[in-house]
Amino acid sequence: MTKKPLISTQILCSHYNIEISFVDALNKMGLIEIEIIKQEQFVHQDQISDLERIIRLHHELNVNLEGIDVVFNLLEKERKLRNELNALKNRLRLYENE
Amino acid sequence: MAFIDYYKILGISKTATVKEIKTAYRKLARKYHPDLNPENKEAEIKFKEINEANEVLSDPENRKKYDKYGKDWKHGEAYDTAQQQSRQTHHRTGNQDFSNDEYSDFFESMFGGRRPSYNQGRSPKYKGQDYNAELKLNLKDVYTSQQQVLTVNGKKIRLSIPAGIENGQVIKIKGKGGEGMNGGPNGDLYIKFTVDNHTQFKREGNNLYSNIDLDLYTSILGGEITIDTFNGAVKLNIKPETKNESKVKLKGKGFPVYKKEGAFGDLIITYHIQIPTNLNEKEIELFKELQKIKTK
Repeated sequence: MTKKPLISTQILCSHYNIEISFVDALNKMGLIEIEIIKQEQFVHQDQISDLERIIRLHHELNVNLEGIDVVFNLLEKERKLRNELNALKNRLRLYENE
Repeated sequence: MAFIDYYKILGISKTATVKEIKTAYRKLARKYHPDLNPENKEAEIKFKEINEANEVLSDPENRKKYDKYGKDWKHGEAYDTAQQQSRQTHHRTGNQDFSNDEYSDFFESMFGGRRPSYNQGRSPKYKGQDYNAELKLNLKDVYTSQQQVLTVNGKKIRLSIPAGIENGQVIKIKGKGGEGMNGGPNGDLYIKFTVDNHTQFKREGNNLYSNIDLDLYTSILGGEITIDTFNGAVKLNIKPETKNESKVKLKGKGFPVYKKEGAFGDLIITYHIQIPTNLNEKEIELFKELQKIKTK
């Protein structure tokens, strides 16, 4: 049986010094996904970097959760555009080197 | 080492209140925060500057010292010898998280290169931004391992591409993304491969598939044909009475297995029997003859 890379929300709350209600609110907003196994809540390890960003934006810049959602959506759009630009630059470079 | 005008950086007057400093800092931090400006070196530098300005001006003691010596900071070394010594002790005892890149030389010289005490414990280390790049290759290119040089954000990255890489496969190159901030680790570079196939072969995993047209006579009587594989032509024996759409597997004639040197998939050939057209009278006669024999 393979072990899922999940981290308990209790451990996360104590590590990042955040309230469990904050994690619940993020889950309700759809900013992170919580998995419930045997009545215990877990977050997948892939979401930790997002969680850290959310905490920083919330605590350091006072951005509320709705704002973070908007920020994330815009950053994702920007990331896609950057990727497209990189791909085009690489393609152009291939032609230029021919 | 130049004097840094912290008031100018925050866009406030020298008489600004604590509240005004805080407001100005928050406004600029929202604009230049690294999480909101991925892969933006200028914003990163600006964010360090406004952080440093805020560190100094929002602390009454540091602000007093800065205001007192300001441009004459070089002469302020005797400001408080005892304080300086205490700082040096602090430095020796080792604040391991402190990154010397975090503050300007001006700040280090004036405040001893340490984080002001009120702000200790809040040492945000940012992992650098992950970069994403896409690389287009032809199927023929990925039949063998090869070297490529990619330019990502102005940096040249030498890349070894193992044979057999899949279309859509993403490889991660650790530490080749954006630079980490405040001693944080560098981000990673993710390269997505798009493999275009302009060959007669269809690729599924490590196996290749090819359709071969077979004339009616060879399919009935058997014979020998030459077909193309990915790495050259091979001769194939056709069994008599080979059926339409029957398949043969050529073991090891498929695509290289990713990161398994010497291992190859299979080539699966499907025969498509071609019915002769534009028959002449003689041929029609012979086919009729055959038909008679078969129906007797």
